[in-house]
Amino acid sequence: MSDAHATILGSIRRALDRREPADVAAAAVAARLANPQANVVPERGRSQGADAVARFVAEAERVNATTERVAALADVPERVRAYLQAANLPAGLKVAPDPDLAGIPWNREPLLQIATGKADDHDPVSLTGSFAGVAETGTLVLLSGPASPTTLNFLPDFHIALLFVDRIVGSYEDAWARLRARNGAGVMPRVINWITGPSRTADIEQTLLLGAHGPRRLHIILVDEAVEPAERS
Amino acid sequence: MDSTAHSFVANAHRALHDAKLQQSLGRFKEGFPVKRRAAVDRMPEFDALRQAAREIKDHAIANLDLYLERFAEKATANGTRVHWCTDAEAARKKILEICRDSGAQTVAKGKSMIGEEIGINEFLEAEGIRPVETDLGEYIIQLRHEPPSHIIAPAVHLSKDQVADAFRSHHRDYPEARPLEEPEVMLAEARAVLRQEFFAAELGITGANMLVAETGSVVLVTNEGNGDLTQTLPRVQIVIASLEKVVPTLEDATTILRVLARSATGQDLSVYTTFTTGPRRSDDLDGPSEVHVLLLDNGRTEMLGNEFREMLRCIRCGACINHCPIYAAVGGHAYGWVYSGPMGAVLIPNLIGIEEAGNLPNASTLCGRCEEVCPMQIPLPRMLRQLRNRQHEARKSPAAVRYGLSGWAFLARRPSLYKLAMGLGVGGLGRMGRLKRNGGRFRRLPLAQGWTGARDLPAPAGKTFQQMWSERGGRRQ
Repeated sequence: MSDAHATILGSIRRALDRREPADVAAAAVAARLANPQANVVPERGRSQGADAVARFVAEAERVNATTERVAALADVPERVRAYLQAANLPAGLKVAPDPDLAGIPWNREPLLQIATGKADDHDPVSLTGSFAGVAETGTLVLLSGPASPTTLNFLPDFHIALLFVDRIVGSYEDAWARLRARNGAGVMPRVINWITGPSRTADIEQTLLLGAHGPRRLHIILVDEAVEPAERS
Repeated sequence: MDSTAHSFVANAHRALHDAKLQQSLGRFKEGFPVKRRAAVDRMPEFDALRQAAREIKDHAIANLDLYLERFAEKATANGTRVHWCTDAEAARKKILEICRDSGAQTVAKGKSMIGEEIGINEFLEAEGIRPVETDLGEYIIQLRHEPPSHIIAPAVHLSKDQVADAFRSHHRDYPEARPLEEPEVMLAEARAVLRQEFFAAELGITGANMLVAETGSVVLVTNEGNGDLTQTLPRVQIVIASLEKVVPTLEDATTILRVLARSATGQDLSVYTTFTTGPRRSDDLDGPSEVHVLLLDNGRTEMLGNEFREMLRCIRCGACINHCPIYAAVGGHAYGWVYSGPMGAVLIPNLIGIEEAGNLPNASTLCGRCEEVCPMQIPLPRMLRQLRNRQHEARKSPAAVRYGLSGWAFLARRPSLYKLAMGLGVGGLGRMGRLKRNGGRFRRLPLAQGWTGARDLPAPAGKTFQQMWSERGGRRQ
């Protein structure tokens, strides 16, 4: 223990002037950490099924994301091409090396230039998967890892995120429960990004502007087809 | 940063006569409170969430040693290097050491109030290292060599012309005569300039909104995405966090996030909420290879042991500032140090001393809106009154106030003398007020120029409350 570490802990313990024995407090803290409990979950976080999907779409659009819904991964290439065309963008994108996206038949759109990997400064468009969508606020949850490099979420001007409809949950707490079920309790990926709409700022005269440092546009493609999440380390 | 809190009165006077600032503050008053109201109306359980959030922080603070130990243990296990720092100087030294070890010349910075508290930018510059603020508002004020005037909207005191001037004089690679009237154009320019800085920086420094003990994770909230680029692109990352940022679990962090943005900007959630746990893993394609977290005391453990412990619940949303009539009149710079508004008037004297900042708690009408809107239910008015007492007891209040109060106390302890003096005073003022030339109002009064300088004082009725009460026989009508 460094000197500063000991000094600070000492100051805290003196200031707390604990009434109860230290081991009672420690047991209470350990119990709380061992079994994390949800606190108040508001009504808007309790939607399920089709209601949750509807709420997710409404909330995401409210914060300036755009959405569309397709039946299967097979529909994605055509939709992506159309989106890029409508936005007047070159027909190329950087795709996350995500096994969940492996079923996208990119060869159906031979003019689309597909590269995979992390993002560089000159990538205008990225396409990623999503671990979950939280209906409560239209929030995407992305986990970092070899299948989902974080730079894809922030460097490109346009971020297209695929979200399997069966991964939409009501509340953030539901997303934590899914994460613990997948990874085990307390095991975190390096980065968890909650993304709620495209990047924005209001620092100049409180004028709301989209596209501060992160993506200027966020486009979410909901996919009805269920794809088993790939096993990950 | 150096404080000018001791000259609050002069600062405030200057601010009131600064036409540009007053224009910006006019815009400010219309913004945040309306948006917060709308967000709260969309969340019927808001009060229950506030209560839950408050209980989480109270519990975490009451067990601060245990939760910090657990955070440090988990963070270390995930590869984070945790450094405990007792004060600003220790934190600056540690940051410099990490910068030197990594050979960093350029440091990308996310907005951090702790960074302001420890004056990290000036310090690094003096050591030949170039810190670049990447939050748009912070970047603008860094170009202007100004401190932030608001904890979540650091450049809220500026007009777009002032921003354009700052860009023209610093962005030398751009043509001098370019059009720069529209905020969109300014943003595009800042984005392009800062994008290069993100790639140039060898090291990134951010603050933390919360630390999660359960997992050893750092929670960072931004709207621009600058915090995420700062903590993703450079090879080395430093997080500076004060001790009270720790919360028990991910669920607890979640509850606090539900009240944070709603209280701050009136958003349901900020655009980017990021949970970071350690450096790049062996199979990751991006992310920093080194992550350091500085746990900084800098006055927190002292507050933990005194009557200002509840202030440690503060999550820096700025709601109290956004609803404060004094802040709306004088802006943030008048407070003279890192923080402002009601939370600043409580924090600053606690962090830099009542001698330096004793006047700040007087910068309040005690109207109570701050406590009403505080998502953590911090009793700010009570704390402001306690600080006023401290200032008085330390004999730092103005002499006129001290003698006036002693005089009043002398009378108040002697009821018959009090009655006589009040009867004479109020009767005299009443008679004077009814004189034709006064017409029921005073334009000027000795000892009360502060009041009459800006408005008339209505003359009293001529009788004291006690007189009127006994005339009606001590009964309600």
